[in-house]
Amino acid sequence: MIKLEHVSKAYSAGIPALNDVNLEIEDGEFVFVVGDSGSGKSTMIKLLMKELEPTEGTITINGKELKKIRHHQVPMFRRNFGVVFQDFRLLKDRNVYENVAFAQKVVGAPNSQIKKKVPLMLSMVGLAAKYRSYPKELSGGEQQRVAIARALINDPSILLADEPTGNLDNNNAWEVMKLLEEINQKGTTVIVVTHNMEIVKVMKKRVITIKKGVVVSDSKGDYDDED
Amino acid sequence: MTMRIRINTFFYSVGQGIKNIFQNKMFSLASIATMAACIFMFGLFYIIISNFNGMVKEVEEGVAVTVFFDEGITEEQIEEIGKNISKRAEVREYKYVSADEAWAYYKEEYFEGSEQLAEGFNNDNPLMNSANFEIYLNDVSMQKSLVLYLESVDGIRSVKQSEAVANTLADFNKLLSYISVGIIIILLCVAVFLISNTITTGITVRKEEIGIMKLIGATDYLVRAPFVVEGVIIGLVGAAIPLVLLYVLYEKIIVYVAEQFNFIGSMLEFIPADTIFRTLLPIGFILGVGIGFIGSKWTVRKHLKV
Repeated sequence: MIKLEHVSKAYSAGIPALNDVNLEIEDGEFVFVVGDSGSGKSTMIKLLMKELEPTEGTITINGKELKKIRHHQVPMFRRNFGVVFQDFRLLKDRNVYENVAFAQKVVGAPNSQIKKKVPLMLSMVGLAAKYRSYPKELSGGEQQRVAIARALINDPSILLADEPTGNLDNNNAWEVMKLLEEINQKGTTVIVVTHNMEIVKVMKKRVITIKKGVVVSDSKGDYDDED
Repeated sequence: MTMRIRINTFFYSVGQGIKNIFQNKMFSLASIATMAACIFMFGLFYIIISNFNGMVKEVEEGVAVTVFFDEGITEEQIEEIGKNISKRAEVREYKYVSADEAWAYYKEEYFEGSEQLAEGFNNDNPLMNSANFEIYLNDVSMQKSLVLYLESVDGIRSVKQSEAVANTLADFNKLLSYISVGIIIILLCVAVFLISNTITTGITVRKEEIGIMKLIGATDYLVRAPFVVEGVIIGLVGAAIPLVLLYVLYEKIIVYVAEQFNFIGSMLEFIPADTIFRTLLPIGFILGVGIGFIGSKWTVRKHLKV
């Protein structure tokens, strides 16, 4: 479970990027976080990943208070997450297989495990046939699916997707969202930060709306832009 | 971390380190070349100084302080002085030369071919008062203190020393050591600087990859280690090339000098290559690997906040 209690974050300029945010996200939930640019969505993701420290308040993830996690424990803590970005962030000099295997190598997984797991993950995202392709040879949707495979290969309990459909056309965007839903149905908590209101409305999931650093609505089911 | 994960991350770091070198070819080559130049200069000075030291030692062995005694001194007194001299730290050995021995040596040296001229002195040794101690030193630089002591000893008439030779040799050796240390320090700084530049470039090139690694949950060790491996490999290769080159060159030069310049060959004796490289090889490698390690570690600490 993810719990934010009275969390505020102010940068040196003084204007708070997040202001007294209180949230609870249960294990296995699918949550959209929406809001304009500069509303504080990215700050929230960085706080969850412990890339930033809150100015005030407490964040607890899977029963662990983030404040109490020491510097050398941060890498292990981050293995709870899989992260997907708008710009995919694939390694251009490595093929699909190597990009996904990279995440396993980073956590010191043995080669025998990598050889078994990577093809399985690539079939799950529908890219088994393209394992030797390089990122530049793939469409945006395919690249994002590689990024999702990379995010999931270490079995994280939480998948954070920051504008995963931002660079994709409508068809590819829906394919990626369907994939995220499938992943969620298998038990992974999925948090999607997005601008794509069409997707948010159609999928009828929980939606947290942030405006100027404040949570202005937290609703489930039908989502209304005017909330 | 289990042992298996540790081994996997170790091999991953080594693999990435080697990959970095090839990805970053020009900078790596520049670093290896500077390192090689640095170790080459170090080796060269080491060889010159070692040989020079060998020559100084040889000369030192021939340089003696000669002590003459007061007239009418007894054998017992001479023996007593000898005992005291032998206790001094500066003294390697001393030799008693009696007046008769001194005359015999003089005759042989200066009356060669006209021995009958010297016969006239046979019953009246002209070097009657020339009984002396020839004192050989452990180190030429100790000569001054020994002479000061000898001049204060009762029963000693005069002390003869070859101060100029001794001091010049010691001073020249010191100067050579200072110059070489200076040049080596400058070169080491250049080598550290270049390695640091190479590593910084590598970090910049791999910035995105490092960012992804950190988000995936790579440990600080895993992010940093490949760059340190890169520095160590640059140091290792940068040391191996000049050391091999110096070995081959030195062996060739010894043979060449001995063949071409007989007179030099007879004057000085080169230290055998194996003897020199028994020390130079480990020092050279430790220096190369050490600079590579320190240079990269320092850069990684400075530029890679994980």
